[in-house]
Amino acid sequence: MTVAALENVEVDYARGRALGPLDLAIRESEIVALVGPSGCGKSTALRLLAGLEAPTRGVVRRTQARGETSVVFQSPTLAPWLSARANAALPLELAGVPAAEARRRAGEALARVGLAGAEAARPAQLSGGMAMRVSLARALVTEPKLLLLDEPFSALDEMTRRALADDVLKLWQGLQPAIIFVTHNVEEAVYMASRVVVMTAGPGRLAGETAVDGPLPRAPGFRTTVGFRRTVETVSKALAQGMAA
Amino acid sequence: MSRLARIAAPLALVAVLLAGWEIACRAMHVPSYFLTPPSAVAVSLARHFPGLLKAAWYTLSSALAALVIASVMAQVLALAVVLSTTLERAVQPLAVILQVTPVIAIAPLVNIWAGTDHPERAVVALAVVVAFFPIYSGALTGLKAVDPDLMRLFDLYGAGRVQRLVRLRIPSAVPFVLQGHKVAAGLAIVGAVVAEFVAGSGKVQGLAWRIFDASFKLETARMLAALFMLGAMGAILYAVLEVAERAGLKWWRGR
Repeated sequence: MTVAALENVEVDYARGRALGPLDLAIRESEIVALVGPSGCGKSTALRLLAGLEAPTRGVVRRTQARGETSVVFQSPTLAPWLSARANAALPLELAGVPAAEARRRAGEALARVGLAGAEAARPAQLSGGMAMRVSLARALVTEPKLLLLDEPFSALDEMTRRALADDVLKLWQGLQPAIIFVTHNVEEAVYMASRVVVMTAGPGRLAGETAVDGPLPRAPGFRTTVGFRRTVETVSKALAQGMAA
Repeated sequence: MSRLARIAAPLALVAVLLAGWEIACRAMHVPSYFLTPPSAVAVSLARHFPGLLKAAWYTLSSALAALVIASVMAQVLALAVVLSTTLERAVQPLAVILQVTPVIAIAPLVNIWAGTDHPERAVVALAVVVAFFPIYSGALTGLKAVDPDLMRLFDLYGAGRVQRLVRLRIPSAVPFVLQGHKVAAGLAIVGAVVAEFVAGSGKVQGLAWRIFDASFKLETARMLAALFMLGAMGAILYAVLEVAERAGLKWWRGR
């Protein structure tokens, strides 16, 4: 079943075409990585799927209900005046869930991302990786059907982003939301996704699509396997062609 | 720079300046009505201290009352304006005109309106006028300075107008509002003193009146003593608000 889709969408800004024409369909529980050069409209595509922006032409299909779609941005985007727990509880409280239940579920979401015990901490007291985990907990607290990740690890160091990549896959295993993951890091895309969609230089169109073999979450040492290296090469080649196109 | 040097440096400068002043007065036999040596100012300060303290409290309490009134008015208006673009357009030119008109120029008018029986009302009103703007513009800037991604998140979760205001805009504005109050407090004293000067009557017995009174009698030492009180009062108020701002920010972001 398709969770969300872009059908022949185009987005025009005042400075010109930003995206499209583009077709993209995401199936239930699927992890799709969206890679492309900077300025190709990856983030615009994500905002379309989140319903935060409307296409100039074409159709966006998505579930409309509150909390069915969650977004994690490049930066943690936490409210500095709220504790980790209150930040994670925000989507529920905005949807009218009673405060006590929202707090309880927020606590559970924080525990799932490994932040049990840090519920009372404020964003300013957290490291970059921990703040990103709070952001993830907030996205997962509504148990969404579609999770949109907009370069969520780009501000983190290599070890933290690898750890978080594994954590996201582990979390995915539990709730099995469909995930669209925007990145410009090819290895990260291949590691995280079962399907890598490559976009051309802006205005972004489809440059190619590569399926990634192997079970999710990834087995230890997956990055060193021949299959992984070969897929990374294939995606890199598609990306290079897309940039030239 | 060590802590000791940081404290000692300004004190040393003050000591050198005072010493130069004292020596110059004595060596050149400057008449005391023209410039009194600092030692004479200190003597005058000690002798008139209770009266000066009372006068300082008079000015300070007017300024603080004005700060409270300005704070409420400015924040209510900022909230109203952020809810309605039309209202903002309507208010903006008036707010700017009010801000760029020197307070001294409107003081005589406010004095007439307050009436000769209540010059203290003019003092508070003028202090309100000058204290209003920094709080208003701080609150307005803060209410608009919301992280755009957080705003998108509120859109995504279908937040309503009230939720957006109460849970996002108002909390985001806190640091700006704190900063606005710090600036406004200093200006409120300026406004109060200006109004006292213009009122110039014996009914308003603040520090400005003390300076006026001493100047009529050519008591330069008493003038300087009152001026010293005014400076000290401003510095203490600023320090208190600096601490309050830091405590407020610590409460706001938990660090």
